[in-house]
Amino acid sequence: MHSPHVRSIYSTAMAKSSLHEVINKHRSSILEDWIKEQSAAVTMRADLIKPEELRRQSSEFLDRFQTAAQSGEYDDIRKPVWAPVTELLGDLSRTRGRLGFSPSETAVFIFSLKSPLLIRLREELGSDASRLFSEVASMTEILDKLGLYTTEVYQQSREDVVLRQQAEMLELSTPVVKLWEGILALPLIGTLDSARTNVVMESLLQHIVQTGSEIAIIDITGVPMVDTLVAQHLLKTVAAARLMGADCIISGIRPQIAQTMVHLGVDLSAVATKATMADALREALRRSGFRFSRESAPKS
Amino acid sequence: MQEKIPILQIDDLLLVSIQVDMHDQLALQLQDDLTEKITATSARGVLIDISSLEIVDSFIGRIIGNISAMARILDAKTVVVGMQPAVAITLVELGLTLGGVHTALNVSRGMELLRRGSSDS
Repeated sequence: MHSPHVRSIYSTAMAKSSLHEVINKHRSSILEDWIKEQSAAVTMRADLIKPEELRRQSSEFLDRFQTAAQSGEYDDIRKPVWAPVTELLGDLSRTRGRLGFSPSETAVFIFSLKSPLLIRLREELGSDASRLFSEVASMTEILDKLGLYTTEVYQQSREDVVLRQQAEMLELSTPVVKLWEGILALPLIGTLDSARTNVVMESLLQHIVQTGSEIAIIDITGVPMVDTLVAQHLLKTVAAARLMGADCIISGIRPQIAQTMVHLGVDLSAVATKATMADALREALRRSGFRFSRESAPKS
Repeated sequence: MQEKIPILQIDDLLLVSIQVDMHDQLALQLQDDLTEKITATSARGVLIDISSLEIVDSFIGRIIGNISAMARILDAKTVVVGMQPAVAITLVELGLTLGGVHTALNVSRGMELLRRGSSDS
């Protein structure tokens, strides 16, 4: 006669073992069914993934899933025992995201495992309704969680791409050019907002330190619109450069912009301004003590 | 409170190099010492090298402005040299553009500026 205590341990042990034992026992047939299921699904992207690759991924996932399922801890996939599984899934979602799979095409990898597992569980435990129910419940629970996890990682990897591209765009749009010994140019292109101004300011100041330049020309030919805020950002940059011991010349002020600035009451009297980059360069060279003369007049 | 920022004399110029983190007491001490020293040596120029200064607050920013204004009253020209980009950005964000202060990229440019200034007058 078993005592109730011994019995409860016995049943827990049984409950723990079932899913992974079923996988272990029918590993190859589950794998075949699963791959068939995935290949038959409407979301299958045969154009993006090779059958061998799919088989390799499925087989490795099944192994890791079976190992993790031995623990019987189906409540939380963040537990260390699930780490190998989530790691594999994370890699898989990221790769599929890059290849051009949609989130549901990615998640179907997990969800299509349900039906092969269900079939085997029913075969094994069909006689014991309550056992079957609890196994199916825990199996569904963990697979749902893993499926959601793939979507999450997919989303995250897409967001990372967007963020990286944004940062790259910021960097790309603010090159600092060395025009002459001691003269830097910063051709600004596109609308200036606070975030961009900070990037511009930092990279300009950094270059001033690196090259030891005393004059920086900020060219705003490519800035479509200058309002009070943009002007304030420009003045800040000029002030910061001055604090470090470099002078700024603002060039590329188009006639309309000159008019707007005066109408807005923006005071640029503290800053040297030139209409074109050429004028600014001439001024900068003059300040650095260079003198130019033409050897002969150009042939007309 | 033995900590002090040294003030070096080169001919008629004074050179101050701030190599430590400035705290308020140290900044006030420097202000006292420097005004004393300018009077004692009748220096014509003061060069403050802050290239090692990485953190600045509104108080230190104001002190730098004050020192320069005080030096000007004592007929010495002040040049602040070697300000780090981060410090410059912080000061601008704080609204301290140090209007009357001369600036230069490094010590040698600063010296040049001071010598040129004193030979003009």
